[in-house]
Amino acid sequence: MNKLDALDATSQKSDIPDFRAGDTVKVHVKVVEGTRSRIQIFQGVVIARHGGGVRATFTVRKVSFGIGVERTFPLHTPIIDRIEVVTRGDVRRAKLYYLRDRRGKRAKIREKRETSVKG
Amino acid sequence: MSTPFTGLLGEKLGMTQVWDENNRVVPVTVVKAGPCVVTQVKTPETDGYDAVQIAYGAIDPRKVTKPVAGHFAKAGVPPRRHLVELRTDGSQEYTVGQELAVDTFEAGQLVDVVGTTKGKGFAGVMKRHGFGGVSASHGAHRNHRKPGSIGGCATPGRVFKGMRMAGRMGGVRQSTQNLLVQGVDADNGLLLIKGAIPGPRGGLVLVRTTAKGGSR
Repeated sequence: MNKLDALDATSQKSDIPDFRAGDTVKVHVKVVEGTRSRIQIFQGVVIARHGGGVRATFTVRKVSFGIGVERTFPLHTPIIDRIEVVTRGDVRRAKLYYLRDRRGKRAKIREKRETSVKG
Repeated sequence: MSTPFTGLLGEKLGMTQVWDENNRVVPVTVVKAGPCVVTQVKTPETDGYDAVQIAYGAIDPRKVTKPVAGHFAKAGVPPRRHLVELRTDGSQEYTVGQELAVDTFEAGQLVDVVGTTKGKGFAGVMKRHGFGGVSASHGAHRNHRKPGSIGGCATPGRVFKGMRMAGRMGGVRQSTQNLLVQGVDADNGLLLIKGAIPGPRGGLVLVRTTAKGGSR
């Protein structure tokens, strides 16, 4: 155990769902406007998970009115209310940066078939 | 600032990050500071100047030499590994044997951190002094990281003193001033200081009230 693990644990969240690159997620982001705050949903494809521990981040990409929008969140940031996994994607690599060069149908990710191994 | 000039010895544990009240990431260095004990209070009457001497760190009492052991015996405390003296005008506020813990400092305060930088060994001028080096191409021949000219020819006929050249780098005492105390963990004796501080992990550092007032 590293010396700072106990300290890092205080700022880490435990309720993060299991997701990986290729999954479509809804990120519920707290937005503060003046004095009141509300929840905004950022929905898109996870194209990267980066780093580990308290430093971990993930990048979500969506196409909004024809413009690609990417947002990188620290995984444990307090501004995320919760993360919701919408679909599991069937992809063969950990970083999906190739999606940036694709548009339309070619930018689509197949949904993962739930193959039950044990029958 | 109401608190007198004060300081704590501690061990640098390493760097991590925390979230501040605006949910922004703050890079912090974690220092396990104290508990320190006051071993001597110097006053103008006895010593000619105001200062307080603090000690920190466990040591096997058998390893302590007789003169040092006597010094600690006079203060009535078990021997410690490190001793440091702080010049302060408020030395009357300290008593011999007093324990200093991390609650000496509070979050939001500015501090100076003194430590010994990591040794870099014999380093060239580009690393040691930030020289630009010589072109990678355009006919440069085996002199890419060399300093270039170090002076004139027959006038002055010598190299000026203090000419910056290659040599030993690092392993020297360095003070980093005006660092923000991001948080204090009194239960575990940890100080969270924003930014980097000198020295390797596990190195001895002195955290003290900032010398330049701290007008933040």
